[in-house]
Amino acid sequence: MTSVEEQLQGVVEGLRTGQIGRSINRLESKAKVTGTAEYIHNLKIPGMLHGKIFRSPVPHGYLRSVDTSAAEAMPGVYAVITGKDILGVMPDPYYGPAFHDQPVLAIDKVRFVGDPIAVVLAEDPRIAEEAVPLIVAEIEELEAVFDELEAAKPGAPVVHDEIRPAGTFVDLKHLAGRSGTNLAMDYRLRRGDVDQGFEEADRVFEHTFRTQQGMHTPMEPVVSAAELTGTGRLVIHSSTQSPSFVRMEIARLLGWSENQVRVRTALLGGGFGAKLYIKLEALVAACTLLVRRPVKIALSMAEQFYLITKHATTTHMKTGVKEDGTIVARRVETWWNGGAYADIGPRVTQKSGFTAAGPYDIENVSLDSYAVYTNRPTSGALRGFGIPQLVWPYECQADIIARELGMDPFAFRRKNLLRNGRPHATGTVIQDTAFPEVLDELEKQMEWSKTFERDEGTIRRGRGIGIGVKAAITPTTSVAIVNLYGDGSCGVYTSTTDMGQGSDTVTAQIAGEVLGLETEDVLVIHPDTDVTPYDMATLGSRSTYHMGNAVKLAAENARDQLFEMAKDLLDEPKEELELRGGFIVSQDGESIAVRDVFQAVYGQQAGNIVGVGSFRGKYQPPDHDTGQSEQITPFWMVGATGAEVEVDTETGRVSVTNLVNVADVGTALNPSVVARQLSGAAIMQLGFTMSEEMFYIDGQVINASLADYKIPGFFDVPPDISNHVIEMPHREGPFGAKGVGESGTFAVSPAIANAIEDAVGVRVYDSPLTPEKVFSALRAAGHRRSDPEGSGGKER
Amino acid sequence: MNTTRHINLTLNSHQVEADVDSSETLEGVLRRCFDLYGARESCGQGLCGCCTVLVNGAAVPGCLHLAALADGAEITTIEGLSDGEKLDPVQEAFVENAAFQCGFCTSGFVLMTKQLLADNPRPTDDEIKHYLSGNLCRCAAYPEILNAVRRLTRDA
Repeated sequence: MTSVEEQLQGVVEGLRTGQIGRSINRLESKAKVTGTAEYIHNLKIPGMLHGKIFRSPVPHGYLRSVDTSAAEAMPGVYAVITGKDILGVMPDPYYGPAFHDQPVLAIDKVRFVGDPIAVVLAEDPRIAEEAVPLIVAEIEELEAVFDELEAAKPGAPVVHDEIRPAGTFVDLKHLAGRSGTNLAMDYRLRRGDVDQGFEEADRVFEHTFRTQQGMHTPMEPVVSAAELTGTGRLVIHSSTQSPSFVRMEIARLLGWSENQVRVRTALLGGGFGAKLYIKLEALVAACTLLVRRPVKIALSMAEQFYLITKHATTTHMKTGVKEDGTIVARRVETWWNGGAYADIGPRVTQKSGFTAAGPYDIENVSLDSYAVYTNRPTSGALRGFGIPQLVWPYECQADIIARELGMDPFAFRRKNLLRNGRPHATGTVIQDTAFPEVLDELEKQMEWSKTFERDEGTIRRGRGIGIGVKAAITPTTSVAIVNLYGDGSCGVYTSTTDMGQGSDTVTAQIAGEVLGLETEDVLVIHPDTDVTPYDMATLGSRSTYHMGNAVKLAAENARDQLFEMAKDLLDEPKEELELRGGFIVSQDGESIAVRDVFQAVYGQQAGNIVGVGSFRGKYQPPDHDTGQSEQITPFWMVGATGAEVEVDTETGRVSVTNLVNVADVGTALNPSVVARQLSGAAIMQLGFTMSEEMFYIDGQVINASLADYKIPGFFDVPPDISNHVIEMPHREGPFGAKGVGESGTFAVSPAIANAIEDAVGVRVYDSPLTPEKVFSALRAAGHRRSDPEGSGGKER
Repeated sequence: MNTTRHINLTLNSHQVEADVDSSETLEGVLRRCFDLYGARESCGQGLCGCCTVLVNGAAVPGCLHLAALADGAEITTIEGLSDGEKLDPVQEAFVENAAFQCGFCTSGFVLMTKQLLADNPRPTDDEIKHYLSGNLCRCAAYPEILNAVRRLTRDA
């Protein structure tokens, strides 16, 4: 053995001492700029058929018959599949993560305009598309309901005859067997005595706020393909954020064991929640089993508006405060427009619902959150899992209250903000969460104490803030495998999907840190359920924390095995060893290359060391009646945004001139990726704040196109945008990290609405903040800047 | 019904030919006949720029441009910008400035930037934004893309 200095010299010149905190570029960067990155979108399978979907033209009705003869007769059409055909391979073809309520293809009923009824299969996708309009469906129309408040009323048209919880989630089981209602979930939280609190309050504020339905629009439209192996197994290639769940659900639908289904994915061209749980996978699986040929279905951008959307919401918010600004009571009722099928809506309703009182320390709280079926396209999770829809009401109202009390918006929030050691409304005691620090940083970055220039004339300037909180979705499990190969290199096997958030890179950083390897030298294997172990899903900013922990444990497990093998070679106890640059180094300076350990043990370059790590976030289920829990979530995310705007009082047009985002991210494992996540999330939410909204006529989406549904482009990005982090380490996060993918979305919308009121004295209660709404509010307020009276609220 | 046309074209500096349907798009033919996947259909309406290719040096949306019209043309796709090892300076700048996240729209942004710099080697910020405003990035890497292009113009 030689000294470590000799061995390391030259071999690992320039080796960094740590992988954590490195702003390394995405590992797949080169593939992405050369057009060679792998997406399922690219996939061709020999013998593959393309499927195109025939959809319901009416929002609600009984499906009496489907005539496919003309489509089948078209040259080049291989087959046309209907709901009846699906029953031949899936006896109970209803799927979904929360409820088993969504048929693979419509069987007896259609529930929204766009509900899939049949699929045309052809070798040429253009022939399949041409044949779709030749299908004729006979539908007996039923009265439809589109508004979440209308649908929640007794006597409203009923979208589903019976509520069918999936059994996946314990907290949904109580809903089983309910009928005659559109309420798919009723979550409640009670803390203290809210009526008593309102009695004790000096002022009570009550408002109704609404958010609109939007859509994820990943640039890679959702795509899935299926094929059969020679032994009859099913292989599903899918742009999915949750390969493990897809495997379970397909196996359940077929009555197969999980090992008969293989689900693999590649890089995703964006996800944002659109590719979660199960989307097209059951359809391609059934089609493949029926025709015994590979089948690929790739949605168009327009079709994505029929697949999954962001919930529209209505929230009543009533808040009682003391004259000094202390919030003493808050009652919140939220109705979530879930659309035709539950998807993950009931979980959004609950998991976000319990945060509806905001990041505030309030003694008396009453929260009700209702998931409501309607005859619109289905709503699910979209970057924030419902949080932006709740921060909107509570942070708009925070500003209204502060203004009425004559308090500075920072001071009002600071007075009420949760702090470590204090109980959240759920009863869970907050820890390792930087509520006041995030607010302070925002105040500093906005230079709030400096004089703010407010232009005179028709363009008025204003500024506003907001702060939101999200709880990590739980209980969830991640499993990881770290495989050390005979030459000392390694691969990490996880089912976390990289959809642009940079998870491959951060995974490699964590494994590299533990194993003393450069991040660039760690291979991250993409999800393939034949190879990569279970992961709940890539959602809700959970991967860095959950999978990060699993990867860290797996790497430590591999390292321990390696040290066990090496301890006799180095004649040192395991505890005295460390890994650096492909060498095991002892405290007295002796070292051996990892590859030489394999050589010594196996007699040649051979063998593996397989490390396994499994991590489950801490959780205690809430009491059903009160929502109270000692551990409602493993960690909290805090995001705050400040906005400066210019409002054109003649047109109502709002320009955001500066957007400042601050979040508590725990340890920033990769500061560059963290900053990009905050920035991207904030700009995405800017779209939902300013322009994005699905419009309908008689249940038909009329702007299912990027021509009419406006997502942010270059000119929508504020001239100034900055992102800042507070790094308060989490005691159980990997190297102290928390999640960061959604925090930038939380407070963008209320910050801008608050800035508008600051600029021109009018309040808009419904997002998005279109010129029309701002203009109407200005007109209603007599177009005077000093008039603070809004139109949607009342005060006692 | 559609008719088949035989076309000859120069694709990333190579002479190639293909039988294409008269209704087939250039993006579709790049995939079907040449296994080039860098140009990608996303919006399908020429609004997002994910399918951008250069036809005789001009950026066009490959999802609208009929393949039959490419007969005799010189086509450059993202795959033609580098040999796979040495990156084009535009590609290099995108990597260095982390000017993408999911990467699905990146081919289009790189090719549009390529054409922008050919037209105007020293564009102002406003000119950059105008030029690239027909390309959409849902991950919203716009600030980083702007930085990447600025860097190229500064070095020019």
